[in-house]
Order: sequence, then structure tokens, then C-alpha cells
Amino acid sequence: MDAAIANIAAQIHAAAAERQPLRIRAGGSKDFYGNTPRGAVLDPRGIRGIVSYEPTELALAARCGTPLTEIEAALDAHGQMLAFEPPHFGETATIGGCIASGLAGPRRACAGYAYGGVRDFVLGAKLLDGRAQLLSFGGMVMKNVAGYDVSRLLAGSLGILGVIVEVSLKVVPKLKAETTLRFEVTETAALNQLHQWGAQPLPISASAWRENLLFLRLSGSTSAVAAAAARLGGETLGPLDAQRLWRALREHTDAFFAGELPLWRLSLPCSAAPLDGSAAQLIEWGGALRWIRSLRPAAEIRARARVLGGHATLFRGGDRAQGVFMPLACGIAAIHQRLRAQFDPAGIFDAGRLYADFAHADHAR
Amino acid sequence: MHESIGVMPSAPADRPGRNSPVDLARQRQIVAALRCVLPETCILFREEDTRPYECDGLTLYRQIPMAVVLPESEAQVAQILKLCHAMQVPIVPRGAGTGLSGSALPHAGGVLLSMAKFNRILDIDPRSRTATVQPGVRNLAISEAAAVHRLYYAPDPSSQIACTIGGNVAENSGGVHCLKYGLTVHNVMRVRALTVEGEVIEFGGQALDSPGLDLLAVVIGSEGMLAVSTEVTVRLVPLPLQARCIMASFARVTDACHAVAALIAAGIIPAGLEMLDQAAAQLVEPFANAGYDLDAAAVLLCESDGTAEEVSDEIEHMSAVLRAERATRVQVSADEAERLRFWAGRKNAFPAAGRAAPAYYCMDGTIPRRHLAQMLLSIQSMERKYGLRCPNVFHAGDGNLHPLILFDDNDPDSVARAESFGVEILERTVQLGGTISGEHGIGVEKLDQMCTQFDRATLDAFAAVKQAFDPSGLLNPGKVVPTLHRCGEYHGPRARALAAQFPDLPRF
Repeated sequence: MDAAIANIAAQIHAAAAERQPLRIRAGGSKDFYGNTPRGAVLDPRGIRGIVSYEPTELALAARCGTPLTEIEAALDAHGQMLAFEPPHFGETATIGGCIASGLAGPRRACAGYAYGGVRDFVLGAKLLDGRAQLLSFGGMVMKNVAGYDVSRLLAGSLGILGVIVEVSLKVVPKLKAETTLRFEVTETAALNQLHQWGAQPLPISASAWRENLLFLRLSGSTSAVAAAAARLGGETLGPLDAQRLWRALREHTDAFFAGELPLWRLSLPCSAAPLDGSAAQLIEWGGALRWIRSLRPAAEIRARARVLGGHATLFRGGDRAQGVFMPLACGIAAIHQRLRAQFDPAGIFDAGRLYADFAHADHAR
Repeated sequence: MHESIGVMPSAPADRPGRNSPVDLARQRQIVAALRCVLPETCILFREEDTRPYECDGLTLYRQIPMAVVLPESEAQVAQILKLCHAMQVPIVPRGAGTGLSGSALPHAGGVLLSMAKFNRILDIDPRSRTATVQPGVRNLAISEAAAVHRLYYAPDPSSQIACTIGGNVAENSGGVHCLKYGLTVHNVMRVRALTVEGEVIEFGGQALDSPGLDLLAVVIGSEGMLAVSTEVTVRLVPLPLQARCIMASFARVTDACHAVAALIAAGIIPAGLEMLDQAAAQLVEPFANAGYDLDAAAVLLCESDGTAEEVSDEIEHMSAVLRAERATRVQVSADEAERLRFWAGRKNAFPAAGRAAPAYYCMDGTIPRRHLAQMLLSIQSMERKYGLRCPNVFHAGDGNLHPLILFDDNDPDSVARAESFGVEILERTVQLGGTISGEHGIGVEKLDQMCTQFDRATLDAFAAVKQAFDPSGLLNPGKVVPTLHRCGEYHGPRARALAAQFPDLPRF
């Protein structure tokens, strides 16, 4: 264990002995996400740097405090990228926070080899658990079925199982050509169109619909993108405009995200019917991700998401005190609690960030 | 990819898998209880009926189960689980039994739960591009049912004619196309299952993510130890409009390995990227007539799929890279018949091995691609050390090796050498920064090597995960996670001393 890791391990150790709650926080770019964080700040940014990157292995390992921009620059220099196009939500974003939040950007639902969310590209992870033990799951190879796939479980875990000290990721080549098309269509027509296109072998790498405008990004070989663009029609955006658009959608700097209205994230089957109601809406991922700005009661929005076969998260703004994530089914919640009892027996990591009742259970323990 | 298998080396006496006798009094009790929840036709307990279930694809580990049950509904499975839970009876779930690591090896005191009757495709939804099926549906049957919509299920283990989606979920199966299209874990959206207590539970869903921890990611590849799946929703993808394959010959194995790296470095993700060494090519050519260059030290098969434009661009690009990497011959399939012929050799490698020797042992490990040449050279020197031949035919693009150790199962010395050969390959895999299983699983076969690949704290964490899902420990016990005691035995006196030094280490 090197000094930086040993330092964090010592803090965990001390906190466990005192049952002092810890809040894992690096750059703080995602402070807004999840329930209100609690506990003394545990800043793992001393653990940083790219550990290994072999472009021909399509694999990169980095320590948790490495800035996301540093990783993206290293990949870019070799014509590669993080397939899941993670949002940064600020210049201070680290790879540890990226994995712990598990948030993916516009490319999440693309066609081809870059398809998938954060967990789909996790190959391995090192974790400091609640006993300050350094555990090592997975590795640097694409195919690995030795033991349970705990490293993927850490993607989106919000730090409730421990400090993700290091992560190894599958990375992918950048696609050579990219074009963004614009269509003027209603919500219903856009969804229908996306389903039809999605069932065809087209190089679609992102989609977004808002205010009767559908944007479609095509990525692939030059000839494939040109052929698809010619077939699909629409109006072609200039490359700079297109780059700005997808970045603004990914980073939530687009006009849709401005203002104080609560922002809800509805993750639904892509084929879910159009949402009723008059809330402002942005649709991504071919219909599977629907953002709305709404003051409607949480219970109502969640009930609607549930009926449609998905779930709703109060992503930004609004009243976090009522719990931002959809409550879990009993059986699933019980497994969460038992996993926590195993990985964090003293209950020091800020599990309330995910569900407030996890923290209450610790209190009672 | 699940390959068919020849005869395995026999298991040493201290391993699980030798047939222990069934406790008949206990059996009577359990069968009587099962009769309360299942029709007579769904229960097997006479030895002549349970014998066919004594092993999976790893045939030299055998154990007759106390009873075999073949339920027809989720409610029946739930009742079986509740009953077994109450009576403290171990349960071993089983799909088609094509697994190669003994994950479905029965338990002498347990019930073997065959999901064979869960063979219905429940829904194919072209709009959401998903299929919902029962776990006993065969892998290939999903693609066949989806073909009418020009969609298919991408992961294609070579046992896909026989293996079931439930087994694929348990093993996180791969296939020839997983470099581009991913493994089972990348293509399964939802698993409806029963807990060991018989309660319905849903992992994942029809949306692309779920609230809370991503338990689905852990359930996939858990070898039937965390829950029993009763329904699986998979993602379907559009059928490519075209596929073409390049067959490239190399004068040296190292050139072929460099070519693999060079293709990736050039920004290409081939739909398939497989390698056969000379021994393998010579083995299969006589009856596959694939047209392999028998003078070549290695043959690479590189496939491109997609739209006509994509394929034509990629084939041109790949051909240029292969030539630059000193390919001695580059041949592009002219038509679909020729493409299939190129693959016929690859797909017949295992039957061919079966003809070339009395028996073969198919290994499975993944290493970083940059070490492929080194690994193949190591295997060559092991061939000399153990006096056995070992052709290699494997998923080069993923770094996933399947060395085929040829041996004589009637010669105990040959069997012992084959087994030592296999162990040395696995240990070398770990030394090179790889893993002891790329896609066949751990089961009972590789319990010992788990002790080499992982430290005790990580093995304990696996045991902790098991306990979180299955506090009773009744679901497929004794697989995947070796006990502290077992690792001590494997690593010998030094490790035993350590175990004695830390008697308070938790044991699972």
C-alpha cells in the first residue's frame, strides 16, 4: 500500500473505530447529485495518476483522484475515448467520481461497439472497504469470469461500499467521421422515428429531442456516415454547432437545463409512450432517457415512471429531503443492506446519499 | 465460448466430484416433501433417472444428486426453494448442462434443479428491441425468433445450438463476436429470479439503468450461486447487412500477434478476430477444407460486419494493416459460402482435436493481448516439458486463449502430465496479468487457481457477496469461492503457517 492509499486507509480505520460517518468527496463536481451528503469529508485526491494505458489493449487503469480531463486527453492522443461519454459537471471531476456516480452521456444508447453505460466498460477495480482492507476485483482484460463481477457493481454505487481507489476501463477507438442531423418533428413522431431507425443497422451515436426538434448524431466510417446521412435526410448542422450542442446536452449547460425548476431524470423503456403533461422535456438515448422540468409531486412523477416500466430520479433542485432516488423493492433493499453490512460493518460510508433509511438503519445498529 | 470437450483428466481424490453415496433415508424424506409441491412426473430420484444429471460439460467430476426436479412454473420453483430452505437442502440449478467448469455439478445431499421445461419465448418486442424469454430457451432460438424483425441476440457461444440463456446468464458467456458486441452482461437487461428463500426478485429492468446498486451486474456470471433465474430480458440488435472475412497467413506466430495489436492500434474493432496456430490449422484442414495455409505458422481470421460501405472500408483498412505486419497471404472472402468455409475450420477445431488424440483438455484463460506471443512460446516449451501436443485456436481479439492439450486418457502418466500442463498454463496466465477464466467459469474446476489469482481479503469479499444474496449458503454451495482451508492445502506449508498465524480470519 503506498502512502496516499495508506493515508486514506488510516482515516477509514480511525472513522470505523469511532463510528464517525465519512463522506467521500474529491472534486465535488457532483455534490448536487443524490441525497444531501453527510459526514466528515474524506478526500481521496492524493491517490491519483494513470497507472497503465496501452492503446493496443483498449484498456486504461487510473487512480481515483485522476482528473477526468487528464484521462480524456491521454486517450485522445491515441485516437481513443471513454465510450460512455461521461458528463463532467465541472472542471474538478475525477475518474473516481465518474465511476461512483455511474452517469453516462449521450453515447450511452449508441449503435455498435461503443454501446453501454459506465458499468459496461469497467474491467476491474481496487476498493478500500469499511475495514480499510484493499480489495482487488477484475483486472485489465476484456473477458474475465473469475469470481463475482464486483467491479461493475461499484459503478453508480455512490461510495456506499467503500473508496474506489483505482479502476480499469475498456476504452474504444474514436469513430472517424461524425455528422449531426436536425429534423422538425413532434414528440410522438420523433419517438416513432427513433424506434424505426434503431431497428436498422445505422451508425447512430446519439439522439436528442426537445421543442419539436430532433437531433441525431451519426458516427462511424466516412462512407457509412455519408450514406446514412444521405438516406435519412434532415438538415446537417455545422461541425462546431454540433460539437457545442452535444457538449451542452452532456454537461447540462443547454438552455433546457437553465432555471430553478426541479430537474427529473426518467429512465424508461425506450418504447415507453410519450409522457402526458405540459412539463418541458428533453428526450435522449432513443427514448430511454427523458428529462423533465416539473414542480409536480415526487410521488406522482415516480408513479408515472413506474407505470411506464422505469424509474425517476430527482436529479437537480427541488426538495432532496424526500429522497431523490426511487425506493427499492423489499428484496432488493435487503440485499443492499446485507452487502453494506459485509463491506462496511461499522456503517461509516455515507449510505444516506443513496437512501436515507440506510443511514437510519446504521444508527439503530 | 463453450467448446465441446473431450475427456478430462481425472480429479484428485480430495476434490469434490467423486460420486459419494446418496443418503437413502434423507432422500425418502426429501422426495416425500417434494411430492407435496410437484407432480410425480417432475421428480426423479431413482439412480437410473438421476445418473444423466451427474455431470455437466466437465465430465470427470461426477456426483449423483439426491433428487432431480423439473418444475414447470415459477410458483413450483418457489415452492421447491421454500421447501429446501426449510429442510436445509442444497440446490444446484442447471440449464442445458453444457458448461465446462462444473458449475452444475450436483451435490450429494442436494436437489438438482433443472430449468429445462422453462423453454418458452414470452415476448419479442421489435419496438424496444428486446426479447423476454424463459431461462431454458436456447441461445440460438432467440436469434431465430427475432430474425423476422431483422434483429438478433449478439452473444454467440459456440455451444449456442444447445446452451440456454439461463446458463449464459449464470456463466456470463462470450462468443466469437464479443470484442465488438460484448458479453452476456452487456446484452441482458433484466433477470427475474427467485431468491434462495423462494421470493420473487427483479434485477435490472426494461430501462437502461435501475435505482440503487447494479445488482444485475453481479448476478450475471454468478454461476447459479446468488439466485435462480425464471425470466430473462435481452437486448436485440439489428442484423448487419453484410459480413466479410479475411484469412491472413503469417510466417511467424509473433508476426500474427503483432498484427492483432496493429489492427486494434489502427482503430479497428473487428466483428471477429480469431487465431489458429500451425498445429491447429493442420489438425482441422484435412476435413474442414477451409483452405488454410498449412505452411503458415499462424492463421488469422478477421471479420467485418455492418453496412456495405462500412464493410468495404474496414476490409480495405484491415488488409493494409495485415500486409504491413508481414502477412504472407491475405485472402478476402468473395461470397458468403467462402466466408462460412473460412469459419468452418475454426468451428471444427474441437471435433478435429477429438480425432487427433484419444482425449483433449480445453483450457480457458485471458491475458493482455501484448503477451500473446510470449504465452504461445511458453506453451510451446511446455509441450516439450510434458511431452504432449497443444494446438491453439482462440479469440485473439480478446486475448482469450483455449489451448487444447492432447493426451491419452488410458495412460495415467499421460493424464497426470496433461493436468500439470493445464495448471502451468493457468499459473502463467496469472503471471502475465491475466485471468484463469475468460468465459468458461470457475465452477469446481478452477477453485485452486482462485487462490493464486486473488488474495484472501478479496476471496472473503466474494464470500461476503454470496452471503448477502444467499445467507443460508444453500444455493450451489462449494463452487467458485475456495475456502481458506482449500487455499492452504493448495499453497502448501507456507500458506498453512499463515493460516495458523491468523486463526481469527473469517472462514466461509
